[in-house]
Amino acid sequence: MAVELKDNPKLDAATGEFNVIAPEQTFLSVTEKITRIVLTPTTPLGWFAIFGVGGALATMLLVAVTWLFLEGVGIWAITQPVAWGFAIINFVWWIGIGHAGTLISAILLLFKQGWRNSINRFAEAMTIFAVVCAGMFPLIHVGRPWLGYWLLPVPLTMGVWPQFRSPLLWDVFAVSTYATISVVFWYIGMVPDFGTMRDRAKSKFAQYSYGLVALGWRGSVRHWARYETASLLLAGLATPLVLSVHTVISFDFAVAVLPGWHTTIFPPYFVAGAIYSGFAMVLTLAIPLRKFYHLESLVTERHIDNMGKVMLATGFIVAYGYGMEVFMAWYSASHWEAFMMWNRMFGPMGWAYWVLVTCNLAIPLTTLWSRKLRTNIAFMFFISIVVNTGMWFERFVIVVTSLYRDFLPSSWGTYRATRWDYMIYVGTLGLFTALFLLFVRFLPMIPMSEIRMMLPGAKITPKKTAEAGD
Amino acid sequence: MPPREGTYGLLAEFETPGDLIRAAQQARKDGWRRMDCYTPYPVEEAAEAIGFHRNKVPLITLIGGLMGLTAMFLLETWISVWAYPLNIAGRPTYSWPAFIVPAYEWTILFAGLSAAFGMLALNGLPALYHPLFNAPNFREGATTNKFFLCLEALDPKFDLAEAKRYLESFQPVLVVEVDY
Repeated sequence: MAVELKDNPKLDAATGEFNVIAPEQTFLSVTEKITRIVLTPTTPLGWFAIFGVGGALATMLLVAVTWLFLEGVGIWAITQPVAWGFAIINFVWWIGIGHAGTLISAILLLFKQGWRNSINRFAEAMTIFAVVCAGMFPLIHVGRPWLGYWLLPVPLTMGVWPQFRSPLLWDVFAVSTYATISVVFWYIGMVPDFGTMRDRAKSKFAQYSYGLVALGWRGSVRHWARYETASLLLAGLATPLVLSVHTVISFDFAVAVLPGWHTTIFPPYFVAGAIYSGFAMVLTLAIPLRKFYHLESLVTERHIDNMGKVMLATGFIVAYGYGMEVFMAWYSASHWEAFMMWNRMFGPMGWAYWVLVTCNLAIPLTTLWSRKLRTNIAFMFFISIVVNTGMWFERFVIVVTSLYRDFLPSSWGTYRATRWDYMIYVGTLGLFTALFLLFVRFLPMIPMSEIRMMLPGAKITPKKTAEAGD
Repeated sequence: MPPREGTYGLLAEFETPGDLIRAAQQARKDGWRRMDCYTPYPVEEAAEAIGFHRNKVPLITLIGGLMGLTAMFLLETWISVWAYPLNIAGRPTYSWPAFIVPAYEWTILFAGLSAAFGMLALNGLPALYHPLFNAPNFREGATTNKFFLCLEALDPKFDLAEAKRYLESFQPVLVVEVDY
């Protein structure tokens, strides 16, 4: 270990941790590196290839949603007793993925975790695109999406108002607030960087476009002071918000009387699971990005390592949640609870439970202890995919295996997703990919102003009488 | 602000944040008030140096948050008690604990929007034109890697030649005159 410390230039000798940013970066080199990705007139072929795939899948989503609007939700597999299927699974999964972006941009900012700066912008972008995908599902699930505005407290000619005691209505407020605040936080964070883009762009069109969205940012320290206050306040507001969003979503389940849903552990367990899957998605995105755009000096092993640690911690909270569910099934002495758990593990869909245990607990929680593995990029990419799969199955298990065999055996049923279910799910993955690629192509994906603060050049050197030029 | 003519101010360019802060501190000590620093990232010490200590963003955020809270709670109460009372499993129409969740979300929504738009409004943004953009070296560096101190012509102490000499005593890279 000691030898490794001395020899590895990527490690900070004082702390033994990986450097957050590779040494020898200057204000100019960082700015160049990040703006060049966007301001170049040539788009890499690989970008078009992946965008093509994402776009094709998003088109498939459009086809499936069109058919859904024409035919109704009957084209999905949902029926009695499983009235919530893929739509709710995907909704919860996508929202959960979004949560890591807010965690990185808000909670880690409040905790003064400087390492977050490199990854915070694209994690926030991930949040917004994930919320776009998530928000779609409840809307298309209502059956008559053109009446979706009935959810809002607006004066209608029928004189009907929403029912404020329902968690489903709370969702409307939680998710719409979350989407709005995420977009505002993201945009405000980009304003100074848009100023940089405006000033570095060569083409007139780029200068005008970035100039418009930069709002005339000129870097006055008075502006910066208010900007920093506003950022901290937004972070302070986004933190309770992000915790409340998945809490409210878990209420959709927890307030029902159904065994497997009716538990008080759901809010913390949902939030931890959200962060777990969200960090996995950040890794899924960050690892190819840093490779293709040569950002290894800004998104370093330290980031990968730290994200691995966060996943380890949240993974254990999730494991505690699973453990508690099993314990309560026994300790409640409720016949229905016990049967639900037995059926979840060993019933006809028991395989889904074991997929989730393998993907969320067995593989990551045994391997993420090792720093060697945590900084092995290929392995971390693999883990991120595994955890995302596992978390999708967690939502599948919660939604489907609680529903398909409830109290009365005469009303038992099963659930077999249709091709439309799959098309819409895979379609949102395509939509997400396409949106993310557009973001990477046209917006600065790493916050330059925040990176500059962490560079050695930003240290305020004590009074020096030396001549200029050093 | 009506259109002005003539000199907006004198702009001194520095290489490091430390040089800028020392110059700004000295200028403030020497009685300059109408001045500003421009940096490519937040430099708190520079804001302190020109005497900018507090701002109104937190107050605006607080007011916004309280407005959101009150608005949603009253709306929920009015709807559930008067406009459209519903009997949900025999719960009282004024079931305030259930109203907390949307009211909480709107507190955050209004507070967040107030923080963001309040900050922009206090900063006078959007302002797509500003005289400083006329300075040849400003856009090169202010958003990338240079640090600027601007003494504005509106300051009663401002005299073009004298201010220029004064700024040059800080040994900046460059001092330029900025026109409206």
